[in-house]
This record gives sequence, C-alpha cells and structure tokens, in this order.
Amino acid sequence: MSLTRKQRRIWIVLLAGLGLGTATALTLTAFQDNLVFFLAPSDIASRNPGPERAFRLGGLVESGSLARGETPEGKPEARFRVTDGPVTIPVTYVGVLPDLFREGQGVVALGKLGRDGQFRASEVLARHDETYMPPEVADALKRSGHWDPAKGAPPPAATWNTLAPKPEKQGG
Amino acid sequence: MSTPIRPAPAPRTPRPAAGGLHRFANPGQFLRLTERLLPWLWGLAGLVLAAGAAWALAFSPPDWQQGETVRIMYVHVPMAWLAMGGYAGLAITSLMGLIWRHPLADLAARELSPVGAMVTALCLATGSLWGRPMWGTWWAWDARMTSVLILFFLWVGHAALVRAFDDEERGARAGAILALIGAVNLPVIKWSVDWFNTLHQSASVTRAAAPGMHVDILYPLLTCAIGFTLAFAALVVARTRAAVMEKRLRQLQLAQARSHDTRPHA
Repeated sequence: MSLTRKQRRIWIVLLAGLGLGTATALTLTAFQDNLVFFLAPSDIASRNPGPERAFRLGGLVESGSLARGETPEGKPEARFRVTDGPVTIPVTYVGVLPDLFREGQGVVALGKLGRDGQFRASEVLARHDETYMPPEVADALKRSGHWDPAKGAPPPAATWNTLAPKPEKQGG
Repeated sequence: MSTPIRPAPAPRTPRPAAGGLHRFANPGQFLRLTERLLPWLWGLAGLVLAAGAAWALAFSPPDWQQGETVRIMYVHVPMAWLAMGGYAGLAITSLMGLIWRHPLADLAARELSPVGAMVTALCLATGSLWGRPMWGTWWAWDARMTSVLILFFLWVGHAALVRAFDDEERGARAGAILALIGAVNLPVIKWSVDWFNTLHQSASVTRAAAPGMHVDILYPLLTCAIGFTLAFAALVVARTRAAVMEKRLRQLQLAQARSHDTRPHA
C-alpha cells in the first residue's frame, strides 16, 4: 500500500482533525457543568453554594414581584423574585437597574444567598431574549391578548415576524 | 522606477498538475480574473452598503424594548458572521495550502487574517457598546463572549505567526496548522449559547425555527450583512492581489541581483 505524499498529508490532517475534535468534544462535555455563567433557582438546592459564597443567579423576573423603593440613604432599592418555574428566590438589590430590566425578562444577579433565603445582589444584569420586534407589533400582540410581556417570552416568531400592524391607530 | 516592471511576463511559479479548480488557483490566472472582477466587487459592496445603511439607520423601526439602541445590531451581527465565516475561509485556504501546497492559498491566508482580526475586534467593540446600556455591563466572561475573544486572539496570532519566519513557506505552514487547530472554536462559538447558559441570548436568525426577528428588522440586517460581506471579500481580494504582485516583484529583483552577481568580477 503506497500513498503519494499528497494523500499522506490528507490522511494526517484528517486524523489530526478527528483527534482534536474528539478531544475538544470530551473536554467540553466534562466542563459543561462548570462552564455555567449562572445558576438557575432550581440548581441551588442541589449545588448549595453556601451563605458565604458569591454566585450568579439567573432566571426570569417573576410577574408582579417587582417593588422599587429607596434606602434610608436615598439610594434606589429594588425587590423582586427570580424564578425558573419550580423554584422562586427573593432578591434585594441596591443600585441602578439596567434599561432592559422588567418583569418577565431574563435577569442575572451576582450576590450571596443569606440564611434567611434572601439573595442579596451586588450586581444585576438584564438578559435579552432572541426576539426583536417594532413597537407597533409588540403593541398589537399585547392588545390582541396573544402576549403579556410580564408573563414571559413572546409567542412563536412565525406568528408575528411578518405581521403588518396598522399604523397610527392607537387604542382603536 | 528605473526599469518598468510589468507583472505579466514575470517568472511563473511551477504550477501543480493543472486541471479542474487548480486553473483558478494559478496566480497569473487569479490576477487576470480579479483585475476585472474587483471593480465590480467594490462597486456592488458600496451600493449594497449604502442601501443597507440607509435602511438600517433611517427606515427600519426601533425595537419595542431596546429602542434605537437596537441599530448597533446592524453592524455587530454582520461583523460576528464575518468573523466566523472569514475564519472558515481561513481554515479552507490553510487546508489547501497544507495539502496541495498551493502558493496562492498561502498568500490568501496571510492576507485574510488582518482583515479577520479587524472584523472580530469590531464585533467585540460593538457588542461591548451594546451590552453596557442593555445588559448593564461592558463585558462578561460567559461562554459566547470568551469564545469570540479566543477567536480574536487566533486571528491576531495567525497574522503574527505567518510573518514571524524568514522563510515564508515555513511561516505559512505554521500559520495553517494554527488556523486548522483554531477551527474547533467555530462550533463552540456557534453553539455556546445553547450548550452553556450565558448572558448572551441565543441565535435569532441562524436557527431551525422561524427567525425571531420581525421582517422590518431582519431584511435591513441581511442587506447590511451582504454589503459587509462584499466589502470584506473585496478587501481580501485586493490584499491578495497586492501580495501576489509583491512576490513577483521580489522574485524579479532577486533574479536581477543574481544576474549581477554572476557577472565575472575582474
């Protein structure tokens, strides 16, 4: 069996690629649980980070849970609950919330979980979902009752991504 | 210029057994073909980009919750696609250079990486500018952002590596190996948002389900993406043309110097 030099190079590249691909896939699978950016509320029971460990909590801001206030020093304070369905965790945060923050929106909060079950966040980041729509389309979906942004993600994109809203007919 | 040097009669590099696609990979053929193609490529890129920019910046609607900030997407997303698509191109040219030892593939890879580094840097920069007002942070070490940062280092590393050798061929060989190893990063970038939980949202356009983007936002985005892709291609072709001509010039100068040397010293 004799290979030309070109064929030999092809085989070397193929085998090296196969080896590298397998190694990467195995590494990523092994690290998949450690490469998380945040823990969901239901992960916390099993992972139990402990009261002194700072970690990121990620989930949706529960509908109707947001209360904005002020600390005695006059700084903005927010209380809300982060949920992933089965488990909900109350969060307190002193500071300015990002523009995208609202009920029903994804959120990632860095902080510590106290013994009282309160998560005290030192940083709150908003997560955007992968949908983009003009204001008129969002309004049309809300008006028609197909979507309540505070309750979570919009309906499947195929139902609205070609929707042509009637312009300039507010509250019609 | 004392002696006018035309690229046409320059010494040809020995071409591999001609046939099929190798015809187009011949440097002389490449120069002749792209000489006619390049002005059209630039013109089309300018036209599509102008239309795309006008559509994206002036005529497309804002997003219902991001407002006008969403317009950063019309640069950010094409740059991200080009950073990855360009790298796939680098992997292909590296493969061709490594297996078929084609000098044009080596030159194309060499000229591709600075442009790729530039679009990846623009992707990271626009992403950062977008992340600050929307997410509340310039940067987060999540899987998507970290893997794109690694892509940027791969581009820069490739650009530096191929230029780090006195022997161009060894540089091209080393660069090709780096480029192929780095290609495992591409699927990691693409699916990082699905495999790991990240701050970055998952794909809106390149996904199995219908695009999660209203057509009034999607179409200007695709127009901008096509425009930027044409400009990217024109830039890389122009750079590769210059590199081919530079190489021929060097060969001519070398041949000239040699013919002076061989004259009898008396």
